[in-house]
Amino acid sequence: MLAIIGTVPEEDFPITSDRVHLDGNYLILNNRKIPINRGTPALIASACKIFEILGKDMPYVYLVGDTGKGYGSKKLYEYFAQDVKNQTFDTLTFHYLMPDADWCNKILLSIDELNRRPFLIADAGFMYAAKMSGNAKYFDLFTPDPGELAFLADEEAPHPFYTRGFLLQDESKVEELIKRAYKHENAAKYLLVKGRRDYIAKDGKILDIVSEPCIEALEPIGGTGDSLTGIVSALIDSGYETERACSLAAKINRVAGKLSKPEPSTQIWEIIKFIPDAFGLLV
Amino acid sequence: MKFFKKLFKEKPLSSDRGILIFENTSEVIKAENILKQHGYKVKVVGPPAHVRKGCDLAIEFPVVEAMGILNTLENQGLMPIDFLPSNDGNLKPVDLFHIKDYGRFIMVRAANMKITVHKSTLTIVNVSGGGCPDVPYLAACLVGKRLDEAAEPRQLGHTLCGYALQLAYDKIKELCLQ
Repeated sequence: MLAIIGTVPEEDFPITSDRVHLDGNYLILNNRKIPINRGTPALIASACKIFEILGKDMPYVYLVGDTGKGYGSKKLYEYFAQDVKNQTFDTLTFHYLMPDADWCNKILLSIDELNRRPFLIADAGFMYAAKMSGNAKYFDLFTPDPGELAFLADEEAPHPFYTRGFLLQDESKVEELIKRAYKHENAAKYLLVKGRRDYIAKDGKILDIVSEPCIEALEPIGGTGDSLTGIVSALIDSGYETERACSLAAKINRVAGKLSKPEPSTQIWEIIKFIPDAFGLLV
Repeated sequence: MKFFKKLFKEKPLSSDRGILIFENTSEVIKAENILKQHGYKVKVVGPPAHVRKGCDLAIEFPVVEAMGILNTLENQGLMPIDFLPSNDGNLKPVDLFHIKDYGRFIMVRAANMKITVHKSTLTIVNVSGGGCPDVPYLAACLVGKRLDEAAEPRQLGHTLCGYALQLAYDKIKELCLQ
Protein backbone atom coordinates (compact mmCIF):
# COMPACT_ATOMS: atom_id res chain seq x y z
CA MET A 1 0.00 0.00 0.00
CA LEU A 2 1.17 3.51 -0.85
CA ALA A 3 1.00 6.25 1.78
CA ILE A 4 1.39 9.90 0.83
CA ILE A 5 2.34 12.45 3.48
CA GLY A 6 1.87 16.16 2.78
CA THR A 7 -0.10 19.34 3.28
CA VAL A 8 -3.07 21.29 1.95
CA PRO A 9 -2.98 25.09 1.73
CA GLU A 10 -5.49 25.79 4.51
CA GLU A 11 -4.71 27.05 7.99
CA ASP A 12 -7.35 25.09 9.89
CA PHE A 13 -7.33 21.72 8.10
CA PRO A 14 -6.82 19.15 10.92
CA ILE A 15 -4.55 16.12 10.74
CA THR A 16 -6.49 13.63 8.64
CA SER A 17 -5.37 10.14 7.66
CA ASP A 18 -7.32 7.55 5.74
CA ARG A 19 -7.76 6.05 2.32
CA VAL A 20 -8.71 8.63 -0.26
CA HIS A 21 -10.65 8.54 -3.51
CA LEU A 22 -11.31 10.83 -6.44
CA ASP A 23 -14.60 12.49 -7.32
CA GLY A 24 -14.18 14.65 -10.42
CA ASN A 25 -11.74 17.43 -9.59
CA TYR A 26 -11.82 16.71 -5.85
CA LEU A 27 -10.26 14.25 -3.44
CA ILE A 28 -12.67 12.78 -0.92
CA LEU A 29 -11.07 12.13 2.46
CA ASN A 30 -13.15 11.51 5.59
CA ASN A 31 -16.13 13.29 3.96
CA ARG A 32 -13.97 16.32 3.15
CA LYS A 33 -13.77 17.58 -0.45
CA ILE A 34 -10.27 18.74 -1.32
CA PRO A 35 -9.67 20.53 -4.66
CA ILE A 36 -6.79 19.05 -6.67
CA ASN A 37 -5.48 22.38 -7.91
CA ARG A 38 -1.83 21.88 -6.99
CA GLY A 39 0.62 20.57 -4.40
CA THR A 40 0.07 17.34 -2.50
CA PRO A 41 -3.59 16.97 -3.62
CA ALA A 42 -2.38 17.02 -7.25
CA LEU A 43 0.20 14.33 -6.42
CA ILE A 44 -2.46 12.20 -4.71
CA ALA A 45 -4.94 12.61 -7.58
CA SER A 46 -2.31 11.52 -10.11
CA ALA A 47 -1.53 8.43 -8.07
CA CYS A 48 -5.27 7.67 -7.82
CA LYS A 49 -5.57 7.82 -11.61
CA ILE A 50 -2.84 5.18 -12.00
CA PHE A 51 -4.37 2.94 -9.33
CA GLU A 52 -7.78 3.24 -11.03
CA ILE A 53 -6.29 2.04 -14.32
CA LEU A 54 -4.43 -0.82 -12.68
CA GLY A 55 -7.41 -1.83 -10.53
CA LYS A 56 -5.48 -1.32 -7.29
CA ASP A 57 -6.61 0.00 -3.93
CA MET A 58 -6.52 3.77 -3.50
CA PRO A 59 -3.62 5.28 -1.51
CA TYR A 60 -3.61 6.02 2.19
CA VAL A 61 -2.86 9.68 2.88
CA TYR A 62 -1.73 11.81 5.80
CA LEU A 63 -2.72 15.45 5.31
CA VAL A 64 -2.70 18.57 7.42
CA GLY A 65 -3.24 22.26 6.75
CA ASP A 66 -0.08 24.37 6.46
CA THR A 67 0.19 27.77 4.80
CA GLY A 68 3.94 28.03 5.34
CA LYS A 69 4.15 28.77 9.05
CA GLY A 70 5.15 25.16 9.66
CA TYR A 71 2.76 24.51 12.57
CA GLY A 72 0.73 21.96 10.61
CA SER A 73 3.82 20.18 9.31
CA LYS A 74 5.22 19.80 12.84
CA LYS A 75 1.96 18.32 14.12
CA LEU A 76 1.85 15.92 11.20
CA TYR A 77 5.48 14.86 11.71
CA GLU A 78 4.70 14.05 15.33
CA TYR A 79 1.52 12.15 14.43
CA PHE A 80 3.06 10.20 11.57
CA ALA A 81 6.17 9.19 13.53
CA GLN A 82 3.89 7.32 15.95
CA ASP A 83 1.19 6.13 13.56
CA VAL A 84 3.54 4.57 11.02
CA LYS A 85 4.53 2.01 13.67
CA ASN A 86 0.97 0.61 13.55
CA GLN A 87 0.75 0.45 9.77
CA THR A 88 2.16 -1.69 6.99
CA PHE A 89 3.08 0.37 3.97
CA ASP A 90 5.03 -0.76 0.91
CA THR A 91 5.79 2.75 -0.31
CA LEU A 92 5.97 6.13 1.43
CA THR A 93 5.95 9.40 -0.52
CA PHE A 94 6.77 12.56 1.44
CA HIS A 95 5.88 15.87 -0.20
CA TYR A 96 5.08 19.51 0.66
CA LEU A 97 6.14 19.69 4.31
CA MET A 98 8.09 22.36 6.13
CA PRO A 99 11.76 21.36 5.72
CA ASP A 100 12.87 20.38 9.20
CA ALA A 101 16.06 18.35 9.63
CA ASP A 102 15.27 17.27 13.20
CA TRP A 103 11.87 15.91 12.27
CA CYS A 104 13.31 14.15 9.24
CA ASN A 105 15.70 12.35 11.61
CA LYS A 106 12.83 11.37 13.93
CA ILE A 107 10.65 10.11 11.07
CA LEU A 108 13.48 8.00 9.72
CA LEU A 109 14.18 6.54 13.16
CA SER A 110 10.52 5.48 13.35
CA ILE A 111 10.78 3.88 9.92
CA ASP A 112 13.99 2.15 10.94
CA GLU A 113 12.09 0.39 13.72
CA LEU A 114 9.56 -1.16 11.31
CA ASN A 115 9.77 -4.86 10.57
CA ARG A 116 9.88 -4.16 6.86
CA ARG A 117 11.33 -0.99 5.41
CA PRO A 118 9.05 0.69 2.83
CA PHE A 119 10.32 2.15 -0.46
CA LEU A 120 11.01 5.79 0.41
CA ILE A 121 10.26 8.64 -2.02
CA ALA A 122 10.78 12.32 -1.22
CA ASP A 123 9.90 15.43 -3.17
CA ALA A 124 9.52 19.16 -2.36
CA GLY A 125 10.08 20.24 1.25
CA PHE A 126 10.77 16.80 2.66
CA MET A 127 13.45 16.22 0.03
CA TYR A 128 15.06 19.46 1.25
CA ALA A 129 14.89 18.15 4.83
CA ALA A 130 16.36 14.80 3.78
CA LYS A 131 19.36 16.55 2.24
CA MET A 132 19.75 19.13 5.02
CA SER A 133 19.77 16.39 7.66
CA GLY A 134 22.40 14.35 5.82
CA ASN A 135 20.03 11.44 5.19
CA ALA A 136 19.59 11.64 1.41
CA LYS A 137 21.16 8.27 0.70
CA TYR A 138 18.71 6.55 3.02
CA PHE A 139 15.95 7.30 0.47
CA ASP A 140 15.15 5.25 -2.62
CA LEU A 141 13.95 8.01 -4.95
CA PHE A 142 14.11 11.80 -5.16
CA THR A 143 12.25 13.74 -7.87
CA PRO A 144 14.01 17.13 -8.12
CA ASP A 145 13.71 19.76 -10.84
CA PRO A 146 17.00 21.22 -12.16
CA GLY A 147 17.03 23.97 -9.50
CA GLU A 148 16.51 21.43 -6.73
CA LEU A 149 19.19 19.24 -8.33
CA ALA A 150 21.66 22.15 -8.06
CA PHE A 151 20.73 22.35 -4.37
CA LEU A 152 21.38 18.62 -3.95
CA ALA A 153 24.67 18.99 -5.83
CA ASP A 154 25.90 21.77 -3.54
CA GLU A 155 26.90 20.14 -0.28
CA GLU A 156 26.74 23.51 1.48
CA ALA A 157 23.35 24.76 0.26
CA PRO A 158 20.58 24.82 2.90
CA HIS A 159 17.75 25.50 0.39
CA PRO A 160 17.36 25.79 -3.42
CA PHE A 161 17.29 29.58 -2.95
CA TYR A 162 21.02 29.44 -2.20
CA THR A 163 23.73 27.67 -4.13
CA ARG A 164 27.31 28.52 -4.88
CA GLY A 165 27.86 30.43 -8.13
CA PHE A 166 29.41 27.57 -10.08
CA LEU A 167 26.27 25.43 -9.62
CA LEU A 168 23.64 27.04 -11.81
CA GLN A 169 20.26 25.46 -12.37
CA ASP A 170 21.22 25.16 -16.02
CA GLU A 171 19.61 22.17 -17.74
CA SER A 172 22.75 21.64 -19.82
CA LYS A 173 24.61 20.86 -16.57
CA VAL A 174 22.20 18.20 -15.30
CA GLU A 175 24.52 15.22 -15.82
CA GLU A 176 27.37 17.01 -14.02
CA LEU A 177 25.06 18.00 -11.15
CA ILE A 178 23.78 14.43 -10.81
CA LYS A 179 27.36 13.15 -10.45
CA ARG A 180 28.16 15.81 -7.87
CA ALA A 181 25.00 15.09 -5.84
CA TYR A 182 25.98 11.41 -5.62
CA LYS A 183 29.63 12.20 -4.90
CA HIS A 184 28.67 14.10 -1.74
CA GLU A 185 25.97 11.55 -0.79
CA ASN A 186 23.18 14.07 -1.24
CA ALA A 187 21.11 11.96 -3.63
CA ALA A 188 18.72 9.08 -3.13
CA LYS A 189 19.51 5.69 -4.69
CA TYR A 190 17.44 6.76 -7.72
CA LEU A 191 16.91 10.27 -9.08
CA LEU A 192 14.14 11.27 -11.47
CA VAL A 193 15.13 14.78 -12.54
CA LYS A 194 12.16 16.52 -14.11
CA GLY A 195 12.80 19.23 -16.67
CA ARG A 196 12.97 19.86 -20.41
CA ARG A 197 14.58 16.41 -20.47
CA ASP A 198 13.77 13.99 -17.67
CA TYR A 199 16.84 12.11 -16.38
CA ILE A 200 16.63 8.81 -14.56
CA ALA A 201 19.77 7.99 -12.59
CA LYS A 202 20.82 5.27 -10.17
CA ASP A 203 23.86 5.49 -7.90
CA GLY A 204 25.36 8.22 -10.09
CA LYS A 205 24.79 6.50 -13.44
CA ILE A 206 22.32 7.85 -16.00
CA LEU A 207 19.92 5.04 -16.91
CA ASP A 208 17.52 6.83 -19.24
CA ILE A 209 16.61 10.25 -20.63
CA VAL A 210 13.01 11.00 -21.62
CA SER A 211 12.57 14.07 -23.78
CA GLU A 212 9.51 13.48 -25.94
CA PRO A 213 6.97 14.85 -26.38
CA CYS A 214 8.46 18.23 -25.44
CA ILE A 215 5.72 20.77 -24.81
CA GLU A 216 6.96 24.28 -24.07
CA ALA A 217 3.72 25.40 -22.42
CA LEU A 218 4.09 22.83 -19.62
CA GLU A 219 6.95 24.69 -17.90
CA PRO A 220 4.87 27.47 -16.30
CA ILE A 221 2.07 25.14 -15.17
CA GLY A 222 2.15 24.63 -11.41
CA GLY A 223 1.83 20.98 -10.38
CA THR A 224 3.41 19.15 -13.33
CA GLY A 225 6.19 17.97 -11.01
CA ASP A 226 3.62 16.91 -8.42
CA SER A 227 1.74 14.84 -10.99
CA LEU A 228 4.97 13.13 -12.07
CA THR A 229 5.82 12.20 -8.47
CA GLY A 230 2.28 10.87 -7.97
CA ILE A 231 2.46 8.73 -11.10
CA VAL A 232 5.86 7.24 -10.31
CA SER A 233 4.83 6.56 -6.69
CA ALA A 234 1.76 4.61 -7.85
CA LEU A 235 3.69 2.65 -10.48
CA ILE A 236 6.40 1.62 -8.00
CA ASP A 237 3.80 0.66 -5.40
CA SER A 238 2.02 -1.39 -8.06
CA GLY A 239 5.10 -3.50 -8.62
CA TYR A 240 6.83 -1.80 -11.53
CA GLU A 241 10.62 -2.05 -11.29
CA THR A 242 11.98 1.38 -10.29
CA GLU A 243 13.84 2.24 -13.49
CA ARG A 244 10.87 1.21 -15.65
CA ALA A 245 8.49 3.12 -13.36
CA CYS A 246 10.55 6.31 -13.64
CA SER A 247 10.80 6.17 -17.44
CA LEU A 248 7.13 5.29 -17.86
CA ALA A 249 6.00 7.99 -15.41
CA ALA A 250 8.01 10.63 -17.27
CA LYS A 251 6.38 9.57 -20.56
CA ILE A 252 2.86 9.41 -19.09
CA ASN A 253 3.23 12.88 -17.61
CA ARG A 254 4.43 14.33 -20.89
CA VAL A 255 1.76 12.62 -23.01
CA ALA A 256 -1.00 13.62 -20.57
CA GLY A 257 0.29 17.19 -20.87
CA LYS A 258 0.21 17.00 -24.65
CA LEU A 259 -3.30 15.53 -24.72
CA SER A 260 -4.54 18.46 -22.62
CA LYS A 261 -3.49 20.87 -25.40
CA PRO A 262 -1.91 23.09 -22.79
CA GLU A 263 -1.41 26.82 -22.66
CA PRO A 264 0.60 28.59 -19.94
CA SER A 265 -2.74 29.24 -18.21
CA THR A 266 -3.72 25.55 -18.08
CA GLN A 267 -4.26 24.22 -14.55
CA ILE A 268 -2.88 20.88 -13.40
CA TRP A 269 -6.28 19.22 -12.94
CA GLU A 270 -6.83 19.69 -16.69
CA ILE A 271 -3.72 17.53 -17.28
CA ILE A 272 -4.35 14.93 -14.56
CA LYS A 273 -7.62 13.89 -16.19
CA PHE A 274 -5.64 12.75 -19.26
CA ILE A 275 -3.38 10.40 -17.29
CA PRO A 276 -5.53 7.31 -18.08
CA ASP A 277 -5.47 8.13 -21.82
CA ALA A 278 -1.70 8.65 -21.70
CA PHE A 279 -1.24 5.35 -19.87
CA GLY A 280 -3.40 3.61 -22.48
CA LEU A 281 -1.30 4.99 -25.32
CA LEU A 282 1.99 3.92 -23.73
CA VAL A 283 1.28 0.56 -22.10
CA MET B 1 23.30 -1.67 15.28
CA LYS B 2 21.04 -0.86 12.41
CA PHE B 3 22.33 0.87 9.31
CA PHE B 4 20.38 4.05 9.86
CA LYS B 5 21.63 4.67 13.39
CA LYS B 6 25.19 4.29 12.12
CA LEU B 7 24.41 6.81 9.43
CA PHE B 8 23.52 9.42 12.05
CA LYS B 9 26.79 8.93 13.89
CA GLU B 10 29.06 9.01 10.88
CA LYS B 11 27.74 12.10 9.12
CA PRO B 12 27.53 15.55 10.70
CA LEU B 13 24.34 17.51 10.15
CA SER B 14 24.56 20.09 7.38
CA SER B 15 23.70 23.66 8.21
CA ASP B 16 20.07 24.73 7.95
CA ARG B 17 20.60 27.98 9.83
CA GLY B 18 20.85 31.59 8.74
CA ILE B 19 22.19 34.76 10.33
CA LEU B 20 20.40 38.10 10.81
CA ILE B 21 22.77 41.08 10.92
CA PHE B 22 21.73 44.28 12.75
CA GLU B 23 23.19 47.76 13.18
CA ASN B 24 23.64 47.54 16.94
CA THR B 25 23.33 45.31 19.99
CA SER B 26 20.07 46.77 21.26
CA GLU B 27 18.39 45.86 17.95
CA VAL B 28 19.72 42.30 18.28
CA ILE B 29 18.27 41.94 21.78
CA LYS B 30 14.95 43.45 20.74
CA ALA B 31 14.77 41.18 17.69
CA GLU B 32 15.57 38.09 19.76
CA ASN B 33 12.71 38.88 22.16
CA ILE B 34 10.22 39.53 19.35
CA LEU B 35 11.13 36.36 17.47
CA LYS B 36 11.05 34.14 20.55
CA GLN B 37 7.64 35.56 21.46
CA HIS B 38 6.46 34.54 17.99
CA GLY B 39 7.69 30.98 18.47
CA TYR B 40 10.79 31.05 16.28
CA LYS B 41 13.81 28.98 17.32
CA VAL B 42 16.49 31.69 17.38
CA LYS B 43 19.61 32.39 19.41
CA VAL B 44 22.12 35.20 19.70
CA VAL B 45 25.54 34.32 18.30
CA GLY B 46 28.70 36.02 17.19
CA PRO B 47 28.57 36.77 13.46
CA PRO B 48 30.73 34.52 11.23
CA ALA B 49 34.19 35.85 10.37
CA HIS B 50 33.30 36.66 6.77
CA VAL B 51 30.53 39.09 7.79
CA ARG B 52 32.00 42.57 7.81
CA LYS B 53 28.99 44.64 8.69
CA GLY B 54 26.72 45.34 11.62
CA CYS B 55 27.53 44.86 15.29
CA ASP B 56 29.40 42.02 16.99
CA LEU B 57 26.23 40.08 17.78
CA ALA B 58 23.87 38.42 15.35
CA ILE B 59 20.80 36.20 15.46
CA GLU B 60 20.91 32.64 14.20
CA PHE B 61 17.59 31.40 12.79
CA PRO B 62 16.12 28.53 10.68
CA VAL B 63 17.02 29.79 7.20
CA VAL B 64 13.95 28.29 5.54
CA GLU B 65 11.73 30.55 7.67
CA ALA B 66 13.45 33.74 6.49
CA MET B 67 10.41 35.46 5.04
CA GLY B 68 8.14 34.93 8.05
CA ILE B 69 10.92 36.20 10.31
CA LEU B 70 11.54 39.30 8.19
CA ASN B 71 7.79 40.04 8.10
CA THR B 72 7.51 39.62 11.88
CA LEU B 73 10.38 42.03 12.47
CA GLU B 74 9.10 44.55 9.93
CA ASN B 75 5.69 44.56 11.61
CA GLN B 76 7.52 45.63 14.79
CA GLY B 77 9.43 48.36 12.96
CA LEU B 78 12.72 46.48 13.09
CA MET B 79 14.68 45.35 10.04
CA PRO B 80 18.09 43.67 9.86
CA ILE B 81 20.82 45.07 7.63
CA ASP B 82 21.03 41.69 5.93
CA PHE B 83 20.26 37.99 6.24
CA LEU B 84 22.47 35.21 4.93
CA PRO B 85 23.17 31.51 5.40
CA SER B 86 25.46 30.77 8.35
CA ASN B 87 28.22 29.00 6.46
CA ASP B 88 31.56 30.25 5.20
CA GLY B 89 30.05 32.94 3.00
CA ASN B 90 30.29 31.31 -0.42
CA LEU B 91 26.57 30.77 -0.82
CA LYS B 92 24.63 33.41 -2.71
CA PRO B 93 20.95 33.67 -3.59
CA VAL B 94 20.22 32.15 -6.98
CA ASP B 95 19.46 35.59 -8.35
CA LEU B 96 19.37 34.96 -12.06
CA PHE B 97 16.06 36.01 -13.52
CA HIS B 98 14.84 33.88 -16.38
CA ILE B 99 12.19 35.49 -18.57
CA LYS B 100 10.24 33.51 -21.16
CA ASP B 101 7.78 35.08 -23.58
CA TYR B 102 4.93 32.80 -24.67
CA GLY B 103 3.17 35.38 -26.87
CA ARG B 104 0.01 36.12 -24.91
CA PHE B 105 1.74 35.10 -21.67
CA ILE B 106 5.00 35.92 -19.96
CA MET B 107 6.80 33.82 -17.34
CA VAL B 108 9.48 34.99 -14.90
CA ARG B 109 11.59 32.64 -12.83
CA ALA B 110 13.56 33.92 -9.84
CA ALA B 111 15.68 31.33 -8.08
CA ASN B 112 13.40 28.29 -7.74
CA MET B 113 10.03 30.03 -8.25
CA LYS B 114 8.09 30.92 -11.41
CA ILE B 115 5.12 33.21 -12.01
CA THR B 116 3.20 33.54 -15.29
CA VAL B 117 0.89 36.38 -16.34
CA HIS B 118 -1.56 36.89 -19.21
CA LYS B 119 -0.15 40.02 -20.78
CA SER B 120 -3.30 41.81 -21.91
CA THR B 121 -5.44 41.19 -18.81
CA LEU B 122 -2.51 41.16 -16.31
CA THR B 123 -4.05 38.06 -14.74
CA ILE B 124 -1.70 35.75 -12.86
CA VAL B 125 -2.39 32.39 -14.52
CA ASN B 126 0.16 30.09 -12.85
CA VAL B 127 2.67 29.87 -10.02
CA SER B 128 5.11 26.96 -10.01
CA GLY B 129 8.34 25.66 -8.52
CA GLY B 130 9.42 25.57 -4.90
CA GLY B 131 8.89 22.99 -2.19
CA CYS B 132 7.97 24.79 1.02
CA PRO B 133 4.34 24.53 2.16
CA ASP B 134 3.48 28.17 1.51
CA VAL B 135 3.93 27.62 -2.25
CA PRO B 136 0.51 25.96 -2.80
CA TYR B 137 -1.03 28.58 -0.50
CA LEU B 138 0.57 31.45 -2.40
CA ALA B 139 -0.56 29.91 -5.69
CA ALA B 140 -4.12 29.57 -4.38
CA CYS B 141 -4.10 33.22 -3.30
CA LEU B 142 -2.52 34.65 -6.47
CA VAL B 143 -3.75 32.61 -9.44
CA GLY B 144 -6.74 34.23 -11.10
CA LYS B 145 -5.98 37.69 -9.61
CA ARG B 146 -4.76 40.70 -11.55
CA LEU B 147 -1.15 41.73 -10.92
CA ASP B 148 -2.24 45.16 -9.73
CA GLU B 149 -4.89 43.74 -7.37
CA ALA B 150 -3.23 40.66 -5.88
CA ALA B 151 -1.63 40.75 -2.45
CA GLU B 152 2.16 40.63 -2.65
CA PRO B 153 3.77 37.26 -1.86
CA ARG B 154 5.72 38.89 0.98
CA GLN B 155 2.42 39.63 2.74
CA LEU B 156 1.33 35.99 2.55
CA GLY B 157 4.46 33.83 2.49
CA HIS B 158 6.77 32.66 5.25
CA THR B 159 9.66 30.78 3.65
CA LEU B 160 12.58 31.23 1.27
CA CYS B 161 10.35 29.89 -1.54
CA GLY B 162 7.90 32.71 -0.72
CA TYR B 163 10.80 35.16 -0.75
CA ALA B 164 11.91 33.90 -4.19
CA LEU B 165 8.35 34.27 -5.48
CA GLN B 166 8.36 37.90 -4.29
CA LEU B 167 11.46 38.52 -6.42
CA ALA B 168 9.75 36.97 -9.46
CA TYR B 169 6.58 38.94 -8.70
CA ASP B 170 8.52 42.24 -8.52
CA LYS B 171 10.22 41.48 -11.82
CA ILE B 172 7.08 40.50 -13.72
CA LYS B 173 5.26 43.55 -12.33
CA GLU B 174 8.10 45.73 -13.57
CA LEU B 175 7.86 44.11 -17.01
CA CYS B 176 4.07 44.18 -17.30
CA LEU B 177 3.26 47.52 -15.70
CA GLN B 178 6.08 49.61 -17.15
